[in-house]
Amino acid sequence: MEALLQQFDTLLLYVFAALSLAGAIAMLVLQHPMRVALALVATMIWLGAIYGLVGVHFIAAFQILIYVSAVMVFIVFVIMLLDVRDLSFTQRFSRMLVPGAVAAIVFFLVLARAFWRTVDAPLTTTTAGFGIAEFAADFLQTYWLQFEVTSVLLVAAVVAAIAVVKADQRDHG
Amino acid sequence: MDKLQLLMVLALALFALGLLGVVIRRNLLVMLMCMELMLNAANLSLVTLARQTDTTAGAVLVFLVFVVAAAEIAIAIPIVLLLVRRRHTLDADAYADLKG
Repeated sequence: MEALLQQFDTLLLYVFAALSLAGAIAMLVLQHPMRVALALVATMIWLGAIYGLVGVHFIAAFQILIYVSAVMVFIVFVIMLLDVRDLSFTQRFSRMLVPGAVAAIVFFLVLARAFWRTVDAPLTTTTAGFGIAEFAADFLQTYWLQFEVTSVLLVAAVVAAIAVVKADQRDHG
Repeated sequence: MDKLQLLMVLALALFALGLLGVVIRRNLLVMLMCMELMLNAANLSLVTLARQTDTTAGAVLVFLVFVVAAAEIAIAIPIVLLLVRRRHTLDADAYADLKG
């Protein structure tokens, strides 16, 4: 029974991996930005499923909460706001299509080769791993400085966004 | 292929696809979304290796990447809105002025 469940887990992992890869490929092929956004949402949800499957449930929850709910909803709003019909809607690829594809394949192969040469230990899924309690304690004790610096980053981002809008208003009178 | 290799190869493939999307697509918003895909691929590799070594450092880094992604979108979207208001197009070729 235990072995059967383990096999079912592995099967699910392969299914989720294939689905997220399919979503990423759909992002490159689909024409309308809204469909690309939906493909990206699907990819993110499948990645969240993978996170849940390897045992980091809190990251899976935040993947859905932050990426799918906050970031992607924002992008979908902007896509609906900017209903500009131009050349990029009828001609989806730039003239870099062939060199870009060759470069991406070479890039993938180089990274995969480097990974294969350095890492050979199998993924340990027998241990329970760390839960949110250990993570939270580490986050706020060991990494508190990084946590505080992110708040500075967020403030800087908000100020920059306001500055961009102000610059636009000034230029248009 | 065991789980670590599967997930790392998936992360590398998603990153390469995101990079490819930034290079070959013409629509500014689609290019932005491909950047998000690259961040997601980096997150997947961080989670996989955090699980592999059983340390929380990788998970902490994933949360920092979440923050960076939110900040990136918060700045990138107003810039796209600004560009579209000036040129009335989402085509990246219309903004080739910096090429010199």
